[in-house]
Amino acid sequence: MVATPEKPVYKVIGTRPIRPDGVDKVTGRAAYGADIVLEGMLFGSILRAPHAHARIVRIDSSKALALPGVKAIVTNADFPRQESGTLDLGEGTANPKWLVDNVLAGDKTLYHGHAVAAVAAIDWHIAEEALALIEVEYEVLPFVIDVKEAMLGTAPILHSDLRTNVRARGVDTPTDRETNIAMHMRVEKGDIAAGFAEADIVIEREFTTSQFHQGYIEPQNGTAYWNQDGQITVWTSTQGSFAVREQVATLLQQPVARIKVVPMEIGGGFGGKIPVYLEPVAALLSKQTGRPVKMWMPREAVFQATGPTAATWNRVKIGAKKDGTLVAADVELCYAAGAYPGSAVGAGVMCALAPYNLANQRIDGFDVVTNTPKTAAYRAPGAPASEYAVESVVDEIARALDIDPMVIREKNAPEEGTTNSAGAPLPRIGAKAVITAIRESAHYNSELQGEDTGRGVALGFWFNGGMESTSSATVNPDGSVSLILGSVDIGGTRASLAMQLAESLGVPYEQIKPQVTDTDSVGYTAVTGGSRTTFAGGWVAYELGQEIRKRLVERAARIWGVDASTVTYSNDAVITGTDKDGKAQQFTFDEICKRFPTTGGHVAVTVSSRKNTTGPAYAGHIADVKVDRDTGKVTVLRYTAVQDVGTAIHPAYVEGQIQGGAVQGIGMALQEEYWYDDQGRLRNGSFLDYRMPVANDLPPIEVILVEVPNPGHPYGVRGVGEAPIVPPMAAIRNALRDAIGVNFYHTPVTPTRILDELLPRE
Amino acid sequence: MATSERLVITSTINGEERTFLADSRDSLLEALRERLNLKGVKEGCNNGNCGACAVILDGRLVNSCCVMAAEIEGSTVRTVEGLATPEGLAPLQQCFLEEAALQCGICTPGFLMSSTALLAENPAPTDDEVRFWLAGNLCRCTGYDKIILAVQAAAEQMRTLKK
Ligand code: FES
Ligand code: FES
Repeated sequence: MVATPEKPVYKVIGTRPIRPDGVDKVTGRAAYGADIVLEGMLFGSILRAPHAHARIVRIDSSKALALPGVKAIVTNADFPRQESGTLDLGEGTANPKWLVDNVLAGDKTLYHGHAVAAVAAIDWHIAEEALALIEVEYEVLPFVIDVKEAMLGTAPILHSDLRTNVRARGVDTPTDRETNIAMHMRVEKGDIAAGFAEADIVIEREFTTSQFHQGYIEPQNGTAYWNQDGQITVWTSTQGSFAVREQVATLLQQPVARIKVVPMEIGGGFGGKIPVYLEPVAALLSKQTGRPVKMWMPREAVFQATGPTAATWNRVKIGAKKDGTLVAADVELCYAAGAYPGSAVGAGVMCALAPYNLANQRIDGFDVVTNTPKTAAYRAPGAPASEYAVESVVDEIARALDIDPMVIREKNAPEEGTTNSAGAPLPRIGAKAVITAIRESAHYNSELQGEDTGRGVALGFWFNGGMESTSSATVNPDGSVSLILGSVDIGGTRASLAMQLAESLGVPYEQIKPQVTDTDSVGYTAVTGGSRTTFAGGWVAYELGQEIRKRLVERAARIWGVDASTVTYSNDAVITGTDKDGKAQQFTFDEICKRFPTTGGHVAVTVSSRKNTTGPAYAGHIADVKVDRDTGKVTVLRYTAVQDVGTAIHPAYVEGQIQGGAVQGIGMALQEEYWYDDQGRLRNGSFLDYRMPVANDLPPIEVILVEVPNPGHPYGVRGVGEAPIVPPMAAIRNALRDAIGVNFYHTPVTPTRILDELLPRE
Repeated sequence: MATSERLVITSTINGEERTFLADSRDSLLEALRERLNLKGVKEGCNNGNCGACAVILDGRLVNSCCVMAAEIEGSTVRTVEGLATPEGLAPLQQCFLEEAALQCGICTPGFLMSSTALLAENPAPTDDEVRFWLAGNLCRCTGYDKIILAVQAAAEQMRTLKK
């Protein structure tokens, strides 16, 4: 671990305790969304469209309804009508009109696997059988999958009412022509013409990336019960229980007061479990049947209809001086949003050039609808594709100028005060510290061995999130503290927030009992996503601790009959003062808690706060690869991920986040991608054919944690989870160039694509 | 379409003889989860590609989604619920916790069963052997490193216990 500058001494932060929910998760007792059982529960299943683009002419459910055991069938027509609008989901927004049409198709199905109708039956086998009996007549329409084709004036139009929103300098101007381009945004600073005029070398390249899926192992699920009194309870695996409440309330046009969302344990999300798919449908089916309805998605449906990322087309032109100084950049990003607008191109734009201090730049971003599933957030949404393109061009510039790839990056690294692409100054960041750590690492200084081996590096940037969180704490007479969280625990949230409360109070971690609760039992909390939870949720935990300290000091002062200002609370949780008779007094934390019942009752505190600051994260990865010239197979020989994490609260979970993110990025670099056939149907909707990395595809992922404390957080925390997925595509692509002398412009670089380059052409 | 038939099945599940009613179309995964309420057995794909549903059937590691419930009449099945004893967690479970080998935890039951089968067969595997054996289990959160460490730590503990 590299820590700069001086890091305060913590007692709990930086240790590696066992997570509070751990035992339940290794004994199979933890209840995930699909594990819920309710008396009288029905099972729901969804019929999906077989075409890439079609008009629904007629749906006849009569035969299916006649099947014994079938209790209800719903379609889009059973939802209340929606107007266009904006729902804030934390990581992205949703338009209710599009959201409802995605949940169950309106007049058209817009992608292969688009939900058309839903059945509830007494058994899941019967529900499946019923789907086959629903008759749907389609008028098949021309479709478009490719983002560049979708932008052409001749492309089939997905939404006749869609117009391009042109956004420049913060001003939105709609256009008046039918189009698939939902948005064109431009961000610029400096003068690119002047910048390019100064350049000694200019390299311009075009890149494409495939669609990738988040690949959480737990499929989407949702269970709902619409009670006779109109109260709706939803049990689901989600990254944001309040985001689900908001979406369900809007789609069903019910007040939020009627909806309680119970977040179950969640089996991975990575951004993909923020939009709703099943929950509102289960609620409608429950309303019609008067019984609880449970739904879960088959894996194929998860691939067809949830997630994925945008497929992208990107053009990057960068100019540099002979000494490696980058002087100008012109970037164009086209992201396929899928069936409805809202790709992560905005973040792609803001992150593209973020690893550099570059005075003259212009970045254009296009959000384009295509006949593919509506994209969802995926770890650093939008950033991997744009930074991959930029990091590849910078590598080519370094090679052309014969400069070490880390030296060129160091020369152009941003630091505190450097302005971002929109012209706003950066807070204290660890870009230079990350670069130094790479240059000094054993890996970077090691010799590459063997033939057809190569080394590549790349940087990655992510903003990290802030947003709103609420937590409550009750101090018990035995000195334990119940901590109630609104943030769901997707991989150690309970532990990392409990640790920050323990640190704030000065008590052992074991005394904190964290619990995730439902939307009726805690205040509003944004999604667990955007790498915000340990940062913003941890800040709230810190404030809870400070408030409890204040209350305990007041209690002691009251017991001693003195003014609270004369009493102190030490970092070891010892309260000291002098009583009204002038006698020195002290309470340990446990002692004062014991006296609660007789001195004015228990202490319970709630803190709700919105954090608008963030602590941006920089990552840098080193990849060594070996190419097998006969099969095209790439072996990753060695891999190191370096990242500025601010302060590592639980270093093992921080490393785990970085390793997991890096491996997802390696999957994107080498093997994961969606394939569509000539009818626009997804052909690889299974874990067999959508090949995510398995244990023997990988070397150990070495992690170097750099700690440049975030000045905007009481413990210096930055988010951790997103940045590590950003560098791998370029690091591996650059390593392949080093190994076999070929620059690739598409990712993933599969064995076929390697052989296409290596085999002599006919 | 397969026709539905009710089956009465008797088998030994986690050391206890159980007789239960299943549908002839139920996979072992469905029977364990929905008929016997053993929710520790997870569904990730329902077609043999993720290992989340792994159980040990008559001493062999299987993906329970690829076995029909009807096949387990008279068999012995061990699931994640059968790993711990009243004395405490199994070494693998304890090591998974200590090494932070789980993030979301949905893959954990499958990895634990798969590792249990590995260590029964090979008490001192190399890291490569562990990675190869576990290649049938998908984990999307951890990148596998900490899982490999946990399996090796457990293997070592189990070897010391045996001595
Ligand atoms: S659910 Fe059985 S292997 Fe995935
Ligand atoms: S811990 Fe989430 S899939 Fe393995």
